[in-house]
Amino acid sequence: MSVTLQDVDKIARLARLEFHDEEKETITHQMNDILTHIEKLNELDTSMVEPLSHVIELSNVFREDVVKPSLPPEEALRNAPSSVDTFFTVPKVIG
Amino acid sequence: MNGKYEAVIGLEVHAQMLTQSKAFCACTTTFGNGPNHNTCPVCLGMPGVLPVLNRKLVEYILAMGLATNCSITQRSVFARKNYFYPDLPKGYQISQYEDPICQFGHLDVELNDGTVKHIGITRIHMEEDAGKLVHDMHVDTLVDVNRCGVPLIEIVSEPDMHTSHEAYQYLSMIKQIVTYLGICDGNMEEGSLRCDANVSVRLRGTDKLGTRTEVKNLNSFRNVERALEYEIARQIALIEDGGRVVQETLIWDADRNVALSMRSKEEAHDYRYFPDPDLVPVVVSDAWIERVRAELPELPQKRRDRFVADFHLPKYDADILTLERPLAEYYETAAGCLSAKNPETFKAVSNWVMTDVLRAVKESNITIADFPVTPAHLSAMVNLITEGTISGKIAKDVFEEMLAGGEAPMAIVQRKGLVQISDTGAIEAIINEILAANAAQVEQYRAGKTQVFGFFVGAAMKAMKGKANPNIVNALLKKKLDV
Repeated sequence: MSVTLQDVDKIARLARLEFHDEEKETITHQMNDILTHIEKLNELDTSMVEPLSHVIELSNVFREDVVKPSLPPEEALRNAPSSVDTFFTVPKVIG
Repeated sequence: MNGKYEAVIGLEVHAQMLTQSKAFCACTTTFGNGPNHNTCPVCLGMPGVLPVLNRKLVEYILAMGLATNCSITQRSVFARKNYFYPDLPKGYQISQYEDPICQFGHLDVELNDGTVKHIGITRIHMEEDAGKLVHDMHVDTLVDVNRCGVPLIEIVSEPDMHTSHEAYQYLSMIKQIVTYLGICDGNMEEGSLRCDANVSVRLRGTDKLGTRTEVKNLNSFRNVERALEYEIARQIALIEDGGRVVQETLIWDADRNVALSMRSKEEAHDYRYFPDPDLVPVVVSDAWIERVRAELPELPQKRRDRFVADFHLPKYDADILTLERPLAEYYETAAGCLSAKNPETFKAVSNWVMTDVLRAVKESNITIADFPVTPAHLSAMVNLITEGTISGKIAKDVFEEMLAGGEAPMAIVQRKGLVQISDTGAIEAIINEILAANAAQVEQYRAGKTQVFGFFVGAAMKAMKGKANPNIVNALLKKKLDV
């Protein structure tokens, strides 16, 4: 499996990132290097192994359905680059 | 619909769960608080926070799974559905992808023609709601994340429906079940129950599915029917004209009665689902399943059938009485308070509930739970009719009094002197007076103009202020006039 320039374009678009052409070249090489390295794992026969979703052997961690106080809105908005009243504001997205 | 074609419909229904707190944090789910007043670092998507699952959400979805004949997945996990949109501060929605907690269910949905349609349920999974965007005249878009993290379940059907009516009935049944379970308020207009539809058409008799479109924003039962009919007709017309259906997402515009393409946003979604490392698997033991099963309330269809069997009600009555759980409980309590329990009195209570009670509930815009006439009072009133203390006509007045003041029927009857007169002698005396004073009408009647009978009944009732037992009045009048 090898990563193409188109793959890098697509991944960049999904991540909302923009790169210059040289950067894309570099990233394509780097991603291929990483995948080649990981490819090593395919030498193992894992046909009898269940896919692993979590590394810790823990399940059923719950909280009870009890309300606790939320943040004061001014706290919630404190890191926001822009806000109006207690709304966050973002560049207009067409509904 | 064009007989040449068959529509294929699958529904995705989102139901907002009635928990007090959000799915993964302790913020309140209360609707209507000020913008961003119900937030914390978890639902704001701050780095380094740890979501913890609300146990009640699992309880609720298990109840729904069992009520819809699903098998419960022993070990299920949460996944991240990745996309960027300002209503989702984390950049991903916590959902379930592989191994949803409920799978392979079905509902047997009754259609208007009396047939039963088996509709498969592919899966039911847990997920969180997104925030709300406000687009107004401002240059910017306003973001309120109060709704972020509010727990939802998504119920995905098999593409087993073929008409808008089938879809309507299926959705009605889903609503009835979630409200009976008390896990969702079922309000489509307010968004606590939402429906998207996948629609395609194919030549009748063929197995291969046509290209489907997804219709969103079906925010009322009526819109579901109308949007499906619109989209089915559109696809058929397109194919008939030699065109091809394009796979796309459409938004139903209820004001204009059209489904509009969302083309601009249709850029191939790639959600890159992967297991959420922050949330550990949910493992459901058999004991847990059995406990939830034991705590399930009686479900609507079962209750309906029991009403028919136990109270000898027509299916029509039982359908209406069991549509909503509080009404079914109202009827059942009232029926239990009857002094004489038999098919006639059960039906009498049913008639009162279906007409006067439901009308009054609707007019006063209150719920049955707050209804001023208690079920015990309603059946006490039916008892008074059955025992002959008041007539059915007087009962209407008593009912209005109960509505206004919540008083017990016997107290009203005594206070207003409404006890029915069944004293044959007293009634006979009045009738004799009336017949003597209206000799002309008596002649007419005996000459064959029998419609004047009503005149005598009216006169007698008026003379006795409506309190005469109408059966006795009728019998005595007949006896005296038909000599």
